[in-house]
Amino acid sequence: MAKRIELKSIDVYYGKFKAVEDINMVIEPRAITAFIGPSGCGKSTLIRTLNRMHEVIPGAYVDGQLLMDGENIYSDEVDPVKVRRQVGMVFQRPNPFPTMSIRDNVISGYKLNNSKMSKSDADGLVERALKGANLWNEVKDRLERPGSSLSGGQQQRLCIARAIAVEPDVILMDEPTSALDPISTAAIEDLAVELKEKFTVVIVTHNMQQASRISDMTAFFNIAGTGMPGKLIEYDKTEKIFSNPSQQQTEDYVSGRFG
Amino acid sequence: MAIISTGIQASATLPRLFTPVALVASFSISLTAFTLASTGSEQGTSVVGVALGGFALYLLTVVLASRLVEGRRKATDRLVTSLVTAAFALAVIPLISLAWTVVSNGVARLDIDFFSMSMRNVVGPGGGALHAIVGTLELTLIASLISVPVGIMTAIYLVEYGRGKLARAVTFFVDVMTGIPSIVAGLFAFTLFLVLLGPAAAINGFAGSIALSVLMIPVVVRATEEMLKIVPNELREASYALGVPKWLTIVKVVLPTALAGIATGVIIAIARVIGETAPLLLAAGFTTSMNYNPFSDKMMTLPVFVFTSFANQGIDTQSYLDRSWAGALTLMLIVMILNLFARLISKFLSPKGS
Repeated sequence: MAKRIELKSIDVYYGKFKAVEDINMVIEPRAITAFIGPSGCGKSTLIRTLNRMHEVIPGAYVDGQLLMDGENIYSDEVDPVKVRRQVGMVFQRPNPFPTMSIRDNVISGYKLNNSKMSKSDADGLVERALKGANLWNEVKDRLERPGSSLSGGQQQRLCIARAIAVEPDVILMDEPTSALDPISTAAIEDLAVELKEKFTVVIVTHNMQQASRISDMTAFFNIAGTGMPGKLIEYDKTEKIFSNPSQQQTEDYVSGRFG
Repeated sequence: MAIISTGIQASATLPRLFTPVALVASFSISLTAFTLASTGSEQGTSVVGVALGGFALYLLTVVLASRLVEGRRKATDRLVTSLVTAAFALAVIPLISLAWTVVSNGVARLDIDFFSMSMRNVVGPGGGALHAIVGTLELTLIASLISVPVGIMTAIYLVEYGRGKLARAVTFFVDVMTGIPSIVAGLFAFTLFLVLLGPAAAINGFAGSIALSVLMIPVVVRATEEMLKIVPNELREASYALGVPKWLTIVKVVLPTALAGIATGVIIAIARVIGETAPLLLAAGFTTSMNYNPFSDKMMTLPVFVFTSFANQGIDTQSYLDRSWAGALTLMLIVMILNLFARLISKFLSPKGS
């Protein structure tokens, strides 16, 4: 059910401040697309526009068209809540719901929306989602423990399980491993590669090795200076970006000469 | 001579027993000195004098000894530790003294009659405060039923929705309400019911509840607001990202996460208004008879019971005073039970970690 995402002249604003300017790109389904670039260049802002989370911040809005399999999710008739049910998101810091058990965290997308589900359906879903997030073997004996009793890496995989349990079309990951140790990071990276079989995966990362290891496509963003909007500098196949980029800025960044 | 020694070894320390010994010695010397000074004079030994003298002597001894043996940093540490501990003792002494006075005076009449009888037709000894206990419980319950939903919803508005002028105005008026003198709240409720029901029926239990609500709402708003603010924004975002609408996010994520704190805040607000006397004297009046119906006739409450028993002592003074103290003790016990309850709630409802 992975969907193709097409961004057409997207401008993103925080009130009067234009944070990201004129983005045109196509994000392919069943692939991992990585957003890289220095801090403050608008990567996180842009990824949050893909599920209309950006406008949760007071005064923030988006200009332009964002087509998901041809359907503009920013047209007036679209309900942002429905968009978010199709686009799952994993955040920088693991954030399981502290009042819920591991099991309830996994099915929280249904529980919080008051969807009725039989116990056997719920059990099956919990097992499938946790297996999908490579967490089942570690937690199957303690599903009733609180979600916050897990380690940081396990909590992040729990958040991924929570996101894939609602069967979205797209999964967004905003620096999902920046708070984790290398072993947990490797687990999340393997998982991301498995997830692209079924979903469109977009990942924001500061770790260029990570982008080159797991992504199929890479987008490099940069800003001209503080207070200026972030721009898409180059967007291409990952090998091309890291071996033979066409822009000087990209080459400087990926080779570590600045940023 | 090096001002700061280069090693990491501590300089010599005073023996551990030094502090208690110095404490006992200082206060004994002070006691002896004041006793000797007061022999022959008419006044007895001054307790305040002994305490102040003993403390000053102790401070001097410890700081000097520490300065000589341990050095300047440790001496300052001991000085400040002593001052802070003394401040704590100063704050606790009135509390203990108050609790002791109420318990020792009130326990005499804390019998079965006190909890099973009203004061109807009682002029001498005997009688009880059942009418006042029932009144206090009913009035506080009604006040809570009004204030808790209003307060919690106001706080939700302020934290989750409020932007711009309206939110600032609400915050301002909540602040103003916090500062309303309780007698003014009583006057407000009294005049309100005077206008609505006329002078014959103006004073009733419900009017008292309204007065208490006016005092309670701002406390509930403030407590809930603080608790909602500390719910991490990441949890709200996690819920939004799952396609959960904002109102469901508030009901099913934000409120449960903050529930323990809100419950504690509500109980503290109840404990705060349960002892109000002035507004109830005006709005709910006082009576010696049982009245279970808060919507008609005057209603007795414990604080008013304590006040009237003390203010109108009648012929048999001692039995009125005894009842007054017993009423105060009962009120204190109720507040203590509420506080215990608040602790249990926060223990069982708080989000569980590892």
